[in-house]
Order: sequence, then structure tokens, then C-alpha cells
Amino acid sequence: MTLLTLDLFLVGCGVVLAAVSALVAWDVTHPQRWGSAVFWLLLAVAVGLGKWLPPMAVGYAVLGLTILVATKRVGAPQFARVDSAVLTKRAEVLGNRLLWPVLWVPVVAIVGGAGLDWVKFGDVSLVNPTQVAQSALGLGCVVGLAAALRTTGERPLVAAREGGRLLQLLSWSLILPAMLAALGGIMAKAGVGGVIAGLVATALPVQFPLVAVVAYCGGMVLFTVLLGNAFAAFPVMTLGVGLPCIVQTHGGDPAVMGTLGMLSGYCGTLVTPMAANFNIVPARLLELKDDYAVIKAQAPFAGAIWLFNVGVMYGCVY
Amino acid sequence: MITLLGLFVVIIGFTLRANPLLVVVAGGITTGVAAGFSFNEVVAMIGQFFTDNRALMLPIILMVPIVGVLERHGLQERVAMLIRRATAATAGRVLWTYQLLRGVTSMFGLSIGNHAAMVRPLIAPMAEGAALVRSGTSSPQSRDEIRAHAAAAENVGNFFSDDIVVAVGALLLIKAFFDNAGVAVALSDLKLWSLPTALWVVLVGWWRYRRLDARLQKAAAAAKERAP
Repeated sequence: MTLLTLDLFLVGCGVVLAAVSALVAWDVTHPQRWGSAVFWLLLAVAVGLGKWLPPMAVGYAVLGLTILVATKRVGAPQFARVDSAVLTKRAEVLGNRLLWPVLWVPVVAIVGGAGLDWVKFGDVSLVNPTQVAQSALGLGCVVGLAAALRTTGERPLVAAREGGRLLQLLSWSLILPAMLAALGGIMAKAGVGGVIAGLVATALPVQFPLVAVVAYCGGMVLFTVLLGNAFAAFPVMTLGVGLPCIVQTHGGDPAVMGTLGMLSGYCGTLVTPMAANFNIVPARLLELKDDYAVIKAQAPFAGAIWLFNVGVMYGCVY
Repeated sequence: MITLLGLFVVIIGFTLRANPLLVVVAGGITTGVAAGFSFNEVVAMIGQFFTDNRALMLPIILMVPIVGVLERHGLQERVAMLIRRATAATAGRVLWTYQLLRGVTSMFGLSIGNHAAMVRPLIAPMAEGAALVRSGTSSPQSRDEIRAHAAAAENVGNFFSDDIVVAVGALLLIKAFFDNAGVAVALSDLKLWSLPTALWVVLVGWWRYRRLDARLQKAAAAAKERAP
């Protein structure tokens, strides 16, 4: 028996999302009032109760979300900005106490991640040992929220309203990471990876050692860009190109190849909209005009790091 | 080749700048149907994968109420004020320092932050505050550029020094993969070969953030000339 399961924290997420939906429905000035209210309510149900619903019901709920977004029925109102001078005045009141709630989150997450699985009351454990990190992070957020409300003296309703403001900025990008995981899963079931690896291996003259290295590292980037996840690309490219062309043909060192191959995949993660939680979500969270601004800033990083990886692999793998 | 149909849908969708959520869902359904599953089976698969991965949203949904409440009371302004006291700070130096810190902690398999918990409430306001002190002006363009680089500092710091001291993620996955494939590798070798790139990334960061500072200076100088 476990007290704080991950599902419990996800029910908490569902409650937050349901509150956002209610606040949107309440707001007569909201430009896309009903579409947005339905969007946040459907998402609240899918996130909070997803585990107890049949997968097909969740699937159709997600489809409903997508249709609402695609037909532009979901939006955010123009939020009135508090003047910066007023905020500076307010900041003077609380001073550094404003920082503590934010810092509590990682502190609880790290300390809890290291120690929470030891906490037991008889045969009732506090967290599930396989979910320690996520449960500790959830707990950190609860502690942080309590601290934030205590410090500022605000009611929970304000937290829901301010959180709702930020969530509405994120809108569809919030569910994109989970949907990309779904796309990756379906592609794996359909065997897309094997087909691509086969294409790379037959299209290029991989009998030359340098070509084999470039094909493997380039394939890792290409496949990560397409799937948005280097972890998904790694087994496919390594089985399809890395092991046959570098290790078996040329006697390469698998440790060097695997490590630098994965690091090459990360360069793909830096430049793909498919890695939404790293690239698209922050662009919206930081209120950037261009959804691709983070990718553009990261492209030179990706290029420089990829070339270095190829160089090190070619120099050391054989 | 019909297996790749969904992938083409994704590529074409992104090229046409269609809504990414629509592109991804359409790509998933196309891939599933092309592989011979019925429409309802594909929808159920989407539902199952969504449920299995919905915890990805947890750090954001539970974090934004905290950030929102504190921002109402001037969190960003406070952070910017604090950084003004550090006279050596520039936007680039703030971001390079954060990337280093993020990298060093992730070597131990620890995560001190993400975009919702660190970058929006603390790191981006710090960098913006430092830039404002340096140049005396700020424009929406330079603000967006600083913020985009703050997100980059988080990602780059997070990705490239994973697991070097304490392995919790990527290197374990590589080891498990090779074990399953019957290829012998030692975890210590994987850690060793992660090191050169982790050091190189520190240099790349130094170069990129220096360029950012230079661009901000130039933009500020140009703005001053226009408005004497």
C-alpha cells in the first residue's frame, strides 16, 4: 500500500485544470469562452482520471482536444498587465521572501528523491519506489505552493487564476509532449525505425570508416529530429547502422560509438519542434513571439557539438 | 514504404506550419491505419500512450500556480533587482553560469530545474536584468533573444553532461541496450566517453553567450543613436 502515488498527484493536476475550465466558463469577456472551457475540462478528465477510464475514451477525448485546437476554438484572453512600476513597489514589500517558494521545489524534489522511498509506516510506504523522483517533485510543488500562498497571503483562488493565465498561454503545447510519445509508440509498433535504418544503410557507401561514422551520427540526428526523442532513435540506429557498419565491419569500440551516438542524437533534440517539451513549450512559457525562437538560438550549439562528436568518434572508435 | 506514410504527413505538416498538435495526431493516425490497425484501435492506442505519458505535464501544471502567484507580487522584478547589485553580470555570463550549474548537477543525476521551475521565474529575469543594467535600454527583440538563450542554457546544460558521475538515465539505457544485443560494454567506459563532449559544451556555451552579449551591446548602441 502506498500513500502518495503518482496518480494522486495527477488527480491534483486534474483539479487545477478543472478550476481553469471553471474560471474560463465564468469569464463573460473571454473571446473563446465555451471552446476553451470545454478544452480545459476534457483535459482535466483525461489527465486526472485517465488511469481509470478505458483507453478508447481517453483517445477520443484527446481527439476532441485536437479538433477544438485545429478549428481555433481555444484561446487566451488579453490579460491586463500589471504595470512594472507597481510590481517593483510590490516586490519591495516581500523582498527575498519571494524567492524561497521557488527554491523549495527543487530542494524537496532532490532531498525527497534521495530519501522518500525509505519512509514507511508499518507496511504502508509513503511513495512507490519506482516513482520516487516524480512523487518527490509533486510533493515539492505542493510545498512550494503552500509557501507561496503563505508568503503572499493570497487565497488558493488566486493561485488557480494566475496558474490558469500561464496555462492558457501554453494551450495546446501543454499536451504536445504526451502526444509525441503516442506518435513514437505507434511508429514503433508499425516498424518505422527498421525501414529508415535500412534505407540509410543501403543508400550510403558505409564500407568507408568515415562514412559509417557520419551515417550513424547523422542518422541519429535525422531520426531524433523526426521522432523528437534521442532515446527512441538510439536502438533503431544502433541496430540498423551502428552495430553492423561500425562494430562488425570495422571493429569499432561499442562504448565510444554508443556514447557519442547518443550525444549526437541530443543535437537533433536541440533543433526539432518534435521535442516539444524542450523547444516549443518554453517558447510559449516565456511568451516569445516566435514558437521556433528557442530552436533558432540552439541551432549553432547543435552544429558545433555535432561536429565535435563526429570528430571524437572518428578519432577514437576504430 | 507505406509504413513511412505517417512520417511524410508529419514532415509536410511541419513544413506548412500547420498546428503542431494537429500534425502529430494526424501523423499518428496515418501511421497506425497504414500499418493495418482499425481507426478505433489507433484511437485506443493514442489514449493508452497519452495516459502512460501524462505525467510529463505534472511539473508544469503544478508549478505554474506557484510562479503565477509570486509574479503577481513582483518576483521577476525582485530577481532583476538582485542581479543589478552584481556589477560584473551580463546576460551572457548569467546564462553561462546557469548552464554550468545545470550541467554539474546533472552529472550527478540531479535536476535542479526546468523551464517552468527555474528559467521563467529566476534565470530569464536575471539575464534580462543584467542586460538592462549594461545597456540601459531594452527592446522586445533583445528581450526575446535573451529569453530564447535562457531556454537554450537549460536544455544544453541538461542534455550533455547526463550521468557522468552517477548514472540514472541515458547511460543506463545504452548499457541495457548493448546487454540485450549481446555486446559487452562497461558502464565506466560509457561515463569516460561522455566527458569530452561535456567539456566541449562548456566552451561552445562560452562562445554563444559572448556572441549574445556582443549583439545586445550593438543593438543598444544603435538604439541610443536613433534616440539621442
